[in-house]
Amino acid sequence: MTHINIASLEVGQEIGSHTFHFTRDSLVRYAGASGDFNPIHYRDDFAKSVGLDGVLAHGMLTMGAAVQLAVNWVGDAGKVIDYGVRFTKPVFVDANTGADVLVIGKVGAIDLENNTVRIDLSASSAELAVLGKAQAVIKL
Amino acid sequence: MVNPNVQGKKYPETAPYLVGREKVREFANAVFSTNPINHDLFAAQAAGYPDLVAPPTFAVLIQERSLPAVLSDPEADIDFSRVVHGDQRFIHTRPIVAWDELTSILEVASVKSLGAHSMITFNTEIFDRNKNLVCTAISTLVVRGE
Repeated sequence: MTHINIASLEVGQEIGSHTFHFTRDSLVRYAGASGDFNPIHYRDDFAKSVGLDGVLAHGMLTMGAAVQLAVNWVGDAGKVIDYGVRFTKPVFVDANTGADVLVIGKVGAIDLENNTVRIDLSASSAELAVLGKAQAVIKL
Repeated sequence: MVNPNVQGKKYPETAPYLVGREKVREFANAVFSTNPINHDLFAAQAAGYPDLVAPPTFAVLIQERSLPAVLSDPEADIDFSRVVHGDQRFIHTRPIVAWDELTSILEVASVKSLGAHSMITFNTEIFDRNKNLVCTAISTLVVRGE
């Protein structure tokens, strides 16, 4: 059971928004936690040598952070039963200023029979969409 | 180009991965989670879980353990230096919790070409000690053409 009453929800309703601030520290922390030590996520010289404009965030960090909006809305990380995204643009993380990722969540679909709600997440950095078709199905 | 003949190929089950409480906390911190059930044992138990609940994308750790077998498979012929993560999905039967011991089996679901690029999709099924399915992780890698 959650505090959310499915009958009171409407498709298109916004559930909230949050700006995540990524720094190089965030990337190193995610690298350690996930085991993804690809140097494009912490070394400018390496990123440039493979033709990138600079160090970029792990797509999985953006994916993992974005869903927190839906987790906080329902209040229980275990209620996210299906979550998928497409990685559309990299999030470049400046060594000094970092990067902001704005996440907005909306109710995308309501399934009364299964008591699930699909939350559609939009995530953008520097005004560009960095995730596409980011959808989290929540079991209420 | 990725060899389309590996479509349907299954790779051997990975060695068990024991989900540690501190790993759950470390991962939760890394993805900016403030949800108490990712951090606080009493909160997780009060919510009805046996132990700390892992964030929804934690299964990527298990998926990553299944990838080297296919990436190093000469038959698949994947040039990892040209790989970009295209999309990712996790379908959970139940959430991963601390002290789960997880194994996984990766299957190549599809290989497609898009101009000079190849797209390879993996389905990684993740099982608990009792061999019950916990999560299916679906990942598409884009291998950029020369």
